[in-house]
Amino acid sequence: MKTDLALGLITGIIFGFLLQKGRVLRFEKQVGALRLADMTILKFMLSAILVGMVGIQLLAAADVLKLSHKAMNFGAVLLGGALFGIGWAFVGYCPGTAIGALGEGRWHALFAIAGMITGAALYAELYPFIKRTVLAWRDYGKIGLAEALGISPWVVVVVCWGGALALFAGFEKKKM
Amino acid sequence: MKWKTDDGGWNPYLAGALAGLLAVASAWATTHWLGRTQYLGSSTTFVRAAGLIEKTVAPEHVAANEYFTKEKVRVDWQFMLVIGIFIGALIAALSDRSFKWEGVPPIWRERFGPSVRRRMISAFFGGVIAMIGVRMADGCPSGHGLSGLMQLSLSGFVALAMFFGFGVLTGAVLYGGRRS
Repeated sequence: MKTDLALGLITGIIFGFLLQKGRVLRFEKQVGALRLADMTILKFMLSAILVGMVGIQLLAAADVLKLSHKAMNFGAVLLGGALFGIGWAFVGYCPGTAIGALGEGRWHALFAIAGMITGAALYAELYPFIKRTVLAWRDYGKIGLAEALGISPWVVVVVCWGGALALFAGFEKKKM
Repeated sequence: MKWKTDDGGWNPYLAGALAGLLAVASAWATTHWLGRTQYLGSSTTFVRAAGLIEKTVAPEHVAANEYFTKEKVRVDWQFMLVIGIFIGALIAALSDRSFKWEGVPPIWRERFGPSVRRRMISAFFGGVIAMIGVRMADGCPSGHGLSGLMQLSLSGFVALAMFFGFGVLTGAVLYGGRRS
């Protein structure tokens, strides 16, 4: 197996293991978060983000790696984000967790995966139209929040940590 | 704060923090060995899977499609990552005996009954809409949520807010708000 494929597979196995142990793959946890009743997936996601942002920002500051921002395309992120949110509540999984849920035997995730692959095929057909319309509205480019605000990324990191820790305290207090 | 949850899982803060370390290690390892930094994500793989399936019946159509050409229909690093997620989840579920064959999720059954067909229709069409959304936004909760926020991308913050905002609104309509 080529290096890139082997590296992807190993990383995926560890990621899938952690997602399952964190119980993030459950339909109950996904829908629980959307009902603001069980915040397991937010605890998992935000913890990963807090730890990850320090590491990634350090590596970027040391010039070890380059950041690769996704474009802040106004129509794409707002309309696409809203569509995902609506679909997410119906399907109960995001793309990665649907695959993982199948791994823990929840075979109903197959319906979700079939829908997602169909959605991807449909998007490929719709792409020329979407490119002319939604994607053409306004593109702010591939920028970071810190650059957009003209401040140091470390200020953003500190604010994120503070905000997330306050959220965690709230979750624990309300036993969410 | 407990190390284990009531159902035998790991503390979600701990599992999440380890996933954060994995994301950093993976970004470093791909830069070092592949010469190109790869961030965790999964939804582009669904495009490639759709392309690979379509290719078996209509190869010219896939070759001529602008989006498939842009995203390159092939098995790559992220494709293997997604396969790995399946294997890792399977190993973890077998290791603590939480593996379970399940055709209808319990809370879905409670709200909408035991019909597999009803679950299938909702999951399928929800999946279609969700995937069109993430492809339009160019990222899912892994790509935009985890990887975007770790990089402090403006699009990541906005996307995650939209995902959860509209997810919570739709969830309230479907499930009738919070029940504790």
